[in-house]
Amino acid sequence: MKLTLKVWRQKNNADKGGFVSYPIGGISKDMSFLEMMDVLNEQLTEKGEDPVHFDHDCREGICGMCSLHINGKPHGPQQTTTCQLHMRSFSDGETITIEPWRAKAFPVVKDLVVDRSAFDRIIQAGGYVSVNTGGVPDANEIPIPKKIADEAFDAATCIGCGACVAACKNASAMLFTSAKVSQLAMLPQGQVERKDRAEKMIAQMDAEGFGACTNTGACAAECPKGISLTNIARMNREYFTAAFTTENV
Amino acid sequence: MILDSKIPAGPLAEKWTKHKFNMKLVNPANKRKYDVIVVGTGLAGASAAASLAELGYNVKAFCFQDSPRRAHSIAAQGGINAAKNYQNDGDSVFRLFYDTIKGGDYRAREGNVYRLAEVSVNIIDQCVAQGVPFAREYGGLLANRSFGGAQVSRTFYARGQTGQQLLLGAYSALSRQVANGKVKLYPRTEMMDVVKIDGHARGIVTRNLITGAIEKHAAHAVLLCTGGYGNVFFLSTNAMGSNVTAAWRAHKRGAYFANPCYTQIHPTCIPVSGDHQSKLTLMSESLRNDGRVWVPATVEMAEKLRKGQIKANDIPESERDYYLERKYPSFGNLVPRDVASRNAKYVCDEGRGVNETGEAVFLDFRDAIKRDGEDTIRARYGNLFDMYQQITGENPYQVPMMIYPAVHYTMGGLWVDYNLSTTIPGLYALGEANFSDHGANRLGASALMQGLADGYFVIPYTVGDYLAQIGPSPVNADHPEFEKSIQEVKDRIQKLLSIKGSKTVDYFHKKLGKIMWNECGMARTAEGLKQAKADIKALREEFWKDVKVLGENEELNQSLEKAHRVADFLELGELMIDDAFNREESCGGHFREEYQTPEGEALRDDENFAYVAAWKYLGEGQEEELHKEPLEFENVKLTQRSYK
Repeated sequence: MKLTLKVWRQKNNADKGGFVSYPIGGISKDMSFLEMMDVLNEQLTEKGEDPVHFDHDCREGICGMCSLHINGKPHGPQQTTTCQLHMRSFSDGETITIEPWRAKAFPVVKDLVVDRSAFDRIIQAGGYVSVNTGGVPDANEIPIPKKIADEAFDAATCIGCGACVAACKNASAMLFTSAKVSQLAMLPQGQVERKDRAEKMIAQMDAEGFGACTNTGACAAECPKGISLTNIARMNREYFTAAFTTENV
Repeated sequence: MILDSKIPAGPLAEKWTKHKFNMKLVNPANKRKYDVIVVGTGLAGASAAASLAELGYNVKAFCFQDSPRRAHSIAAQGGINAAKNYQNDGDSVFRLFYDTIKGGDYRAREGNVYRLAEVSVNIIDQCVAQGVPFAREYGGLLANRSFGGAQVSRTFYARGQTGQQLLLGAYSALSRQVANGKVKLYPRTEMMDVVKIDGHARGIVTRNLITGAIEKHAAHAVLLCTGGYGNVFFLSTNAMGSNVTAAWRAHKRGAYFANPCYTQIHPTCIPVSGDHQSKLTLMSESLRNDGRVWVPATVEMAEKLRKGQIKANDIPESERDYYLERKYPSFGNLVPRDVASRNAKYVCDEGRGVNETGEAVFLDFRDAIKRDGEDTIRARYGNLFDMYQQITGENPYQVPMMIYPAVHYTMGGLWVDYNLSTTIPGLYALGEANFSDHGANRLGASALMQGLADGYFVIPYTVGDYLAQIGPSPVNADHPEFEKSIQEVKDRIQKLLSIKGSKTVDYFHKKLGKIMWNECGMARTAEGLKQAKADIKALREEFWKDVKVLGENEELNQSLEKAHRVADFLELGELMIDDAFNREESCGGHFREEYQTPEGEALRDDENFAYVAAWKYLGEGQEEELHKEPLEFENVKLTQRSYK
């Protein structure tokens, strides 16, 4: 396959940045998208040009580190992570536009690499059950109906990649935040802190500069892990319940 | 130096309890006077950092990824073992201990392994309390499955994403301590050196991957939780960033490196499809619970298959060789990983491989789908099947999967004693970064168990013992040793950037990987190892003359990061070869072709090799010095492993 890659290049956060086009040949349909980027970078390095920087690590769709905006969609045309996208999804001669995630709360670090530490801070605001190591009950002393456990699991599969934010016109982090709020609100272990958790995580989400929910569902449509919009509904319910209850208990 | 494992005396089942009592404690009010550095935020690192912070220590946690949640523990699929015996099928702490020792081909310490089995039950309690959504039965209690190499169902799992759920649990505990101000996080920061003062580890030197700043951090103790070194093979199931650098720099500062040649080749990975490949993808071996492994019975049939003249589903039952079930009737498809991998290699070497390259075997779900229905199989392995289809473009519900072994885990690592202390006092190694619990072969679902055991339940006690002994006098980074180390790190960076050669870092990494895979992979010979040693030396020389690293230090520079890591792999590779050459026996993942039974099974030499090989670094360009820690077995009888 021969392709033209229109890639966002930006030296650092202070740089204005812009698109640069690179023709590339000898791409096989069995390559993953990131392997195609590896080929580009090997060629650039050989020519003495700075390779394109992008985030990636596990390359098996679970770490959430890869993050490219491809042809206007987060993670490209398939509902998967960029590392699991293969070149068979593209056709010979195509021009592919590659950009970083675009969001105020995700500043560009270099080229296609963005800073997603805002997500860590949202989790730090309350995305946990406050138990210390040791002194916990036997695992089977907390029976959980299978249906509830399965639904909590579905919410817990979020990989924190940020595609939901990148897909959203408002760069809202509602899907990400709600996945964690839902998981812990559904499980008995999370009951004790559920009200506080919803309030604190949402406050942090707003403080980071993420926008409000558009209610269009673009986030769920692009989520590589299929995190459902139901989580946002649940989080809203959690939030209102917390707000209308005195003493927060 | 005599290697003292510090295994407490007394009966196996009482060692850890007694040891916990004998260890010194740090007064609760004094804990805040101690600083601890944790490098790596996978299961071992995140659990250690969180647990130590909960106790009151001041923790600094470092990772090279953009968030602690990305550590490669997240990719573990199948599950985590624990001797809960919830299934009433005869499991016990002793059985888990016994299986692990036997599975490791009698090359692990009894004391360590027993403790691991003992605390395994606490791990499950801890994770459930954190809200980890393990699989459950309809009655609301936890579900278990059996897993490679075990005859009881003791594996807890969260679909095919157990590592993800456990890591997110540990990450949430860590995040809570960050919010409490007890942990300071340093993401996108790589450890470049360990700093020793008066023989004790007193801090580290790091590189900020965004700005290139070389920084120093002092502490009373340093914990390396930096994972394994499988990426020395270039192609492995490890994440692209997984590296040996932290462990290797510690090794060069005096920490012994143990059993480097013990590498695990995982039997169920998606086969290599071409030269462009950047990594290999593992399919959880839980698939072997329901999938049947086979190749055509004859070479002729396999050739037809490779040429596309016949499809897998058209091959009649009589023409299929379910070789694991045939050779190992009692374990069948569930034989341990090393046995399954080696047998896949044998049938492919015979010319019965099933894909274009001839290096693949089938893993077939036809019978399981017929027996249990597609929905049941989807519920068990849905995400794995989807992943397979995404990568290969084939639907495994309809055609058999194709699999081939790939490098997955490294049992070797920094030598540690019972307290997880390396040979440098104050420097600890946890999880895959140490060598201690899996012997020559790790059983499935035991990596997660070990990482969390070390982090949640071992290190909080053992590091306390050390800290209580050294006392809480403040540490700082003003000591000249820090400056010396910073200068060395800067010089090395300068050197890498100034070579301006003609070949990329990946060129060298790929070449190294080929040498290691061919000569130090699934089968090794004295002849091949000798050649490989010479080849690696030559390659390393070429690297330092001709590598091309663009850009500068003072920016995000992924080529420079990689160059550092590959430079270390080029040194580690040679030590792995030395270790494989020295070990004139076959055991677990280490298979020397000269040493095998008539049936082609690994042939151990307990008389001469029942020891841990711990290597001491002596200096640039010098051969490393071998130290032996004898392994003593008081509770198990050493037998030829048999899974027939």
